[in-house]
Amino acid sequence: MNADFTAEELAFQEEVREFLRSEFPADLKTKVDASVRLDKEDMVRWQKILFEKGWAAPTWPVEHGGTSWSHTQRHIFATEMGLYGAPEPIPFGMKMVAPVIMAYGTEEQKQRFLPDILESNSWWCQGYSEPNAGSDLASLKTAAVRDGDEYIVNGSKTWNTLGQYADWIFCLVRTDNTVKKQEGISFLLIDMKTPGITLKPIVLLDGFPEVNEVFFDDVRVPAENLIGEENKGWTYAKVLLTHERTNIAGVPRGKRRLKALKNIAAETDDGFGGKMIDSASFKHRLAEVEIELKALEYSELRTLAALSVGKAPGPESSILKIVGTELAQRMDEMFVELAGYNCLPFVPEQFEPGFAGEPIGPGNSASAALTYFNNRKLSIFGGSNEIQRNIISKAVLGL
Amino acid sequence: MDFSYTDVQQMLQDSVQKFVQKSYDFDTRNTILNSEKGYSNENWQLFAELGWLAVPFSEEDGGLGGSAVDLMVIMEEFGKANLIEPYTAAAVLSGSLVAELATGEAKTMLVESIIGGELLLASAFAEPGSRFNPGSVATSATADGDDVILNGTKVAVENGPNANKLLVSARESGDVRDAQGISVFVVDASTPGISMRSYQTVDGKMASEVTLTDVKVPASNRLGEAGAALPAIEVATNRAIVAVSAEAVGALEVLLQKTVEYSKTRKQFGTPIGTFQALQHRMADMFIQCQLARSIVIMAAMILDGDDSAEEKARAVAAAKSRIGKAIKDVGQEAIQIHGGIAMTEELDVGHLFKRVTALDLAFGDGDYHTQRFAQL
Repeated sequence: MNADFTAEELAFQEEVREFLRSEFPADLKTKVDASVRLDKEDMVRWQKILFEKGWAAPTWPVEHGGTSWSHTQRHIFATEMGLYGAPEPIPFGMKMVAPVIMAYGTEEQKQRFLPDILESNSWWCQGYSEPNAGSDLASLKTAAVRDGDEYIVNGSKTWNTLGQYADWIFCLVRTDNTVKKQEGISFLLIDMKTPGITLKPIVLLDGFPEVNEVFFDDVRVPAENLIGEENKGWTYAKVLLTHERTNIAGVPRGKRRLKALKNIAAETDDGFGGKMIDSASFKHRLAEVEIELKALEYSELRTLAALSVGKAPGPESSILKIVGTELAQRMDEMFVELAGYNCLPFVPEQFEPGFAGEPIGPGNSASAALTYFNNRKLSIFGGSNEIQRNIISKAVLGL
Repeated sequence: MDFSYTDVQQMLQDSVQKFVQKSYDFDTRNTILNSEKGYSNENWQLFAELGWLAVPFSEEDGGLGGSAVDLMVIMEEFGKANLIEPYTAAAVLSGSLVAELATGEAKTMLVESIIGGELLLASAFAEPGSRFNPGSVATSATADGDDVILNGTKVAVENGPNANKLLVSARESGDVRDAQGISVFVVDASTPGISMRSYQTVDGKMASEVTLTDVKVPASNRLGEAGAALPAIEVATNRAIVAVSAEAVGALEVLLQKTVEYSKTRKQFGTPIGTFQALQHRMADMFIQCQLARSIVIMAAMILDGDDSAEEKARAVAAAKSRIGKAIKDVGQEAIQIHGGIAMTEELDVGHLFKRVTALDLAFGDGDYHTQRFAQL
């Protein structure tokens, strides 16, 4: 038993580090370090740099422009990206729809969609949840009715992340009302410019319209945009979810934030002449977080080792999701605690690109509460942590 | 032993409830929040008319009694409504400080104008390096003939943008954290040398960062004896802590109630989510947290109103704020989680209550700060 990297893997790690140091744009690094939101242009620019290097889609097969990296190399790449603060690609195109197109799409669909996703020429968003279909996703009602060579789509989707930037949306739609709810769902790709689609931004607690409601009013979609077979969409959607679970634990980001917590604690006055890093209670909790992060990291490595010998990802991804998100939320609380009164100003615009004013409060302390509020989503989205616990009870414990 | 309210307290609660139900729904609150001043002066004048601004003061000072239990009664109802008006900052904290420190004619005038709703005060205690310790004061007060010159920076001054006058803690002698040497000055907000950066807080209140540069005030604007203000600041802060803790109790109660209601109507998998035992137990835990929070705030209010030593009172208040901090995290986070995505939006009051209780957790020191304070006292 060992958890060591091979010499080749270590060389690869150094190559990734060197690449990040030289190629991750300095202005983006500055933004990330200052908790300033990256806009669409920022994210696309970085993705195109990765594309030029041939590293845009580490998990894709080589034939579609992916890498031939091992699971361990992918892990090293994701880890170094996270530690450096370089953003992961927006998952909707690269990690979610693309694997489904590869597995179930026609040759024509692959040619049509995959190159643009790889090059970040197209931005994708997700049309899954509906106002009455959240954790119980299969009860979705948005209907697609076949009319000649087209489907006519009516209904609404919600929690659509960053749809304001999107060119395409992949949707789960109901194509049969007469069968078991999972068996009447289809997987449809829809051009966001199609007449009849409207977006209503939803402002979240941090003041940013990160998600939208998407309304479909007699939206005509060419039938050639159907993926696979009609009424098989639920199966495809489940495949998509297992692909999405890689790197869900967020260990590298956690390590970076732990380091930030320690740095901030060392600079934050405790009000009694010392610093917060000297507080026994704070130190204790820092240690707890660090220990949990190690337990999480080794759980992830064990999953990785299983994947490397060809085992399919199983319910352990639920463990990584639950522990990873709840640990991130604990760290959010600690950032708030360190910021104290400095996180009270509600001035979201000072963390938006292009803000030219003088920020309120030292450093980016005023972002702590905003992040704490926003990250409550972590335990809700991507299959709520309650759903993850259901999966463990059923699939692992047989309850 | 009797934990029931007196008839007068009952009437006070009824009157606040009536106002809140009639004139302070979610939409009205949003309108006030987005208005130019960020609070409603009309409401403030109504509070004066109804006598609520007199509640923090003793009868001797011209008020209605000034008990901490009375404050608790009002603040719980304000908490349920997620009220924006700066009652704690202007009436409880600043009012109590005036009551503790001012004397004679000056006191009468100040108290009367607070109670009458004409004078809106803000207390400027916290500084960039003080964290939650009001006894850490770097802002300097230097005598200059019959005047005093103030220099320093104050942060998180709640109601700063709308205050006519500020109560500024400043050091006349000693080192930053010496208990002796701190005075409080009444400073007109328009005095030259005061600059404010104002902002709305995460929970919709107005606050400022205040920089004082060679601000000249008459020495007669000092409240009480020179250099002896810290005990009074602590007394006023303790009362304000009971106020914000009671406000949190009200807000948490609403969060629980709304979560339970939602779980009865929100259906997933063909059944209301409230039928899932996994969620039922968590809501039962939220209920327990709410009850313990209420109990300890009652304890703190009763001890503040009693004859215990200053130290015992401080311990009781620290215990309450510490315990409330835990309840805020548990109940607040669970309310969001059980609601799901919908509570992440600005459209639902649950998210706004969550933001309010998060700010209340920090107010005058978070749970961890007060746990340590309790251990040291």
